[in-house]
Amino acid sequence: MNGQIVVVGNGMAGSRLVSELRARDRNLRITVFGAETAQPYNRVLLSNVLAGVTAPGDIGLTDPAWYAANGVDARLGREIVAIDRVRKTVTCADGTVTPYGTLVLATGSAPVVPPLPGLDAEGVVAFRTLDDCRAIIRMADGAESAVVVGGGLLGLEAARGLAGRGLRVTVVHLGGHLMERQLDAEAGGVLRRTIAGLGVRTLVGARLTGAPTAGGRVTGVELDDGVVLPADLVVLACGIRPETGLARAAGLTVDRGVVVDDRLRSVDDPDVHAIGECAQHQGTVYGLVAPAWEQARILADLLTGGDARYEGSRQVTRLKAAGIELAAMGETGLGDDEAEVIRFADPARGTYKKVVIRDDRLIGAILLGETTTAGTLTQLYDRAAPVPSDRLALLFQGLDPATPADTPVRMPDAATVCVCNNVSKGRIRACWEAGARDVADVAAETRATTGCGGCRDTVEGILEWLGTQEVTFPTRSGRR
Amino acid sequence: MSPTATHCPYCALQCGMLVGPGTTVAPREDIPANGGDGGALCQKGWTAGELLDIPDRLTVPLMRARRDAPLEPVSWDAALDRIAAGIRRIQEAHGREAVAVFGGGGLTNEKAYQLGKFARVALRTPNIDYNGRFCMSSAAAAQNRAFGLDRGLPVPITDIAAADTILLAGGNVAETMPPFVRHLTAQRERGGRLIVVDPRETATARRADLHLQVTPGTDLALANGLLHLAITEGFIDKAYLDERTAGFEDVRTVINGYWPERVERITGVPVPAMRTAVRMLGEAANALILTARGAEQHATGTDTVTAFINLALALGLPGRPGSGFGCLTGQGNGQGGREHGQKADQLPGYRRIDDPAAREHVARVWGIDPGDLPGPGLSATELLNALGTPGGPRALLLFGSNPVVSAPDAGRVQARLDALDLLVVSDFVPSETAVRADVVLPAAQWAEETGTITNLEGRVLLRRAARPRPPGVRTDLEILAALAERLAAPGRFGAEPAEVFDELRAASAGGLADYSGITYERIVAETGVFWPCPGEDHPGTPRVFLDRFATPDGRARLVPVDHRGPAEDVCADYPVYLTTGRVLAHYQSGAQTRRVRALVDAAPEPYVEIHPDLAGRLGIEEGDDVRVTSRRGGAVAMARFSTAIRRDTVFMPFHWAGPARANLLTNPALDPTSRMPEFKVCAVRLEKK
Repeated sequence: MNGQIVVVGNGMAGSRLVSELRARDRNLRITVFGAETAQPYNRVLLSNVLAGVTAPGDIGLTDPAWYAANGVDARLGREIVAIDRVRKTVTCADGTVTPYGTLVLATGSAPVVPPLPGLDAEGVVAFRTLDDCRAIIRMADGAESAVVVGGGLLGLEAARGLAGRGLRVTVVHLGGHLMERQLDAEAGGVLRRTIAGLGVRTLVGARLTGAPTAGGRVTGVELDDGVVLPADLVVLACGIRPETGLARAAGLTVDRGVVVDDRLRSVDDPDVHAIGECAQHQGTVYGLVAPAWEQARILADLLTGGDARYEGSRQVTRLKAAGIELAAMGETGLGDDEAEVIRFADPARGTYKKVVIRDDRLIGAILLGETTTAGTLTQLYDRAAPVPSDRLALLFQGLDPATPADTPVRMPDAATVCVCNNVSKGRIRACWEAGARDVADVAAETRATTGCGGCRDTVEGILEWLGTQEVTFPTRSGRR
Repeated sequence: MSPTATHCPYCALQCGMLVGPGTTVAPREDIPANGGDGGALCQKGWTAGELLDIPDRLTVPLMRARRDAPLEPVSWDAALDRIAAGIRRIQEAHGREAVAVFGGGGLTNEKAYQLGKFARVALRTPNIDYNGRFCMSSAAAAQNRAFGLDRGLPVPITDIAAADTILLAGGNVAETMPPFVRHLTAQRERGGRLIVVDPRETATARRADLHLQVTPGTDLALANGLLHLAITEGFIDKAYLDERTAGFEDVRTVINGYWPERVERITGVPVPAMRTAVRMLGEAANALILTARGAEQHATGTDTVTAFINLALALGLPGRPGSGFGCLTGQGNGQGGREHGQKADQLPGYRRIDDPAAREHVARVWGIDPGDLPGPGLSATELLNALGTPGGPRALLLFGSNPVVSAPDAGRVQARLDALDLLVVSDFVPSETAVRADVVLPAAQWAEETGTITNLEGRVLLRRAARPRPPGVRTDLEILAALAERLAAPGRFGAEPAEVFDELRAASAGGLADYSGITYERIVAETGVFWPCPGEDHPGTPRVFLDRFATPDGRARLVPVDHRGPAEDVCADYPVYLTTGRVLAHYQSGAQTRRVRALVDAAPEPYVEIHPDLAGRLGIEEGDDVRVTSRRGGAVAMARFSTAIRRDTVFMPFHWAGPARANLLTNPALDPTSRMPEFKVCAVRLEKK
């Protein structure tokens, strides 16, 4: 490794890379630039903050003191404005120039703000950063109604959080159904009912034309059918756009994101890497945290002498919104003619489950309303492992055919009654035939019930049953 | 002859039992672990008397003339002279550290103490460690780091029944210590609830109110995830954290990366189940969080236990009556065995061998110059792997252990033992390790000698000789005394347990595990005494940490820990997880229990527990011989179907030698702090044989 590693961007990807690098090598020289002054934080938890479950100061990922304690040069609140790939330097907005041996771009993405009139007014906020989150919370205080533009993951989490704060909330969504990138239409419909039950109205197939304002403040949104939805607060969740300006200006190949190979290197410059939402690998730009952390881990391996390769990530979407359980992964839109599809729907109770299988492997799934098998499905999907022959186990937990409680009558003589002392029903019967009539008699003879004590009821039951048998079928011994 | 009141030879529950007349065994009612209501014993306990009359009992020293010659009976003098001469020759040629000692967690406190002293004073070697490294080391390291003190349970076992909620991570007490379940039953009858974390739906998991069926090797992530939820759901005890702990803010920053959905993806445990678990713990007035080998026997074992301790501390449990964090110790004297100096880095009284004050104190008791005490030596796995290598030990004296069956990557360990110039084994049966020795010393067993045991509660108990040992047999203390004399060791090596215990008391005085106030008479009169007990007028300490933790500032430490996953994950070549463990009828390497007929009848042969789905894909039918292969080696055992195990995991019990030896497969990857090997997860492939 020649020279120091400079990381541009201290969000979820950049900060993760820095801690992964330091965990592997105490001596690497690392400098990280972050445009935000705050310590890096976990964006996944912003919905908790908006919902009021977690305080804004409690979602940090790296303690500010960690950098000094671990010898990382952290320049927070310093924005990089230029890269010189010939001199191998980066230039900060304050004019300082920093040389790099290896440069990692982790600049993330910016929210898409549709170019429509009124969206720059007071009262309109894009939901993206912790500062945005704070602004929304501040404006929600005293507001009565809100419109969330965008019925994707982030929009629904924002809507749920605002409804939880007592606002009347309407989601305006351009697509034909909610979360159409992750859900099929039926699931979208069930989700719409569920979220309605939580006080959030949704309009699908609704195109925004602008936001009426009064005195510089937003008063609502206007749709292309002329309808105006009044609102004190408008939250934009219309998707994200990778931050690629620096890379583009430095002459790196940029499509939607900075194009990288399997070593997460720019295809133009082996000393420049990109990870997280600003990177594009095999045509895909990932917008979730898990792929960014996977990339950070693999790049940390590579930069510390490892020989890892990034082969793309499998994406699992989880909605974090109180009262809505939702997990979705893979190709959820396929039908019976394209794959093996197993479905369960109970829209009235807000449950919809769909599992898509091909070649005995899980290739897609939706769990809505009840997600107890999400862990199992996620692991099968992540590992491309063969699915269980019992397909129902993919949809419902605890359906394994339970052994019916053994009654003293049905239990075979060979069945073990006392596991601790390996005593069979047959031996208890033999004791009874030899005159044993209560648990103490049996314990003295066989030691049944003297270990964990858990079989006491069963032994009593067997003795009781043998007692009733005695009347009709006298025993061989004929004693007592 | 009236029965002798003593304790079971097996696990750390140390059930009280009456032995005699003859080999008859019955439970004692006065010992809290298994007493009351007629007392309880499992089948191992009930049949323990058979050990006293097993047919292949060793009663005469055995020795082989050359490595390739057979073991032949010799006199004690011949055997001891050979050992002493071998030690002298090897130490002269290769240095003092070329002779190593390996002990066991089943040895009494007196023997464990004397073994440590023998290594440091008579052999002057740093190289002594023991099989407790495979058992308790991760929990010990984590408890020391958090609390400054490592006592398995911080409370008496009777507090179990009073807990509103218990979380047990990686413990299967229904099979490993059945009478313990009575305490759980009492807890349930009081309305208490039980959460079990285990990759298998074990007999213990089946009786739980909530079973978290975690992916092998991901317990740490689960514990962090539970703490994340405890924080977001408002169950954190802030006042407690302020008053009694340090480090919470650093931990919180790490925990912010463990949101429930991420943890579900790592562990496979459903988010709703995690929420339920956290509520059960958070809403309880009294709660106990307990770990056992399932959570601890990993290359990340110390950090995994730390993660559960962090959870307990955040909930405000440790140091409150009826609540706390504890670990369920495994071996009979797994607690005492880790306190008095048979660990590579330790001196009696749970002192550190690199602490100058500790060295001075112990050297004074031993009558030597502190400068003559060696420093820390190699830990168990490293020690075994170094045997017979250039620069490694060339002689090994082994007491109370059977590493050919019980050590990880056992095939390699066997090769290392065979590469020694001198292997000495003291045992009462010809174990798989003993039969490879150059000299085998026939030792007394459990009911033939007196000594103290410290059970899983930290309660010091007295095992008493119930009958005379067979002619020709000596105790380990007598063996060590005879060898010390031949080696002209300074100081005294007593052969009587009571004398050695008095010396142990003096050596432990002022240490963390202070036994100085404990006497045999008090143990009998008070049904055991809890350490620390710094004076004969001190009542002992049933509940630790009530006022302060044993750290310099009295505060417990929360330590941030991150999930790293198994050292060896599944892959295309080795696509299935293997986890190992015990069955009810057998104990550890099986050297004892495989010689008891009733136990062999109950569990006659090794097996591979496999989900029928996985078996079906591999064309394996129930009862087939299955070859299980890991990067270390192969084993063959019978397939036993079970839907209680995950479809990506198989289980093998580790009690058997021969081709089904589970430890031929296990991964010797070590925890960086505790040096615990990763017994509980490795990657394997399976095929029908």
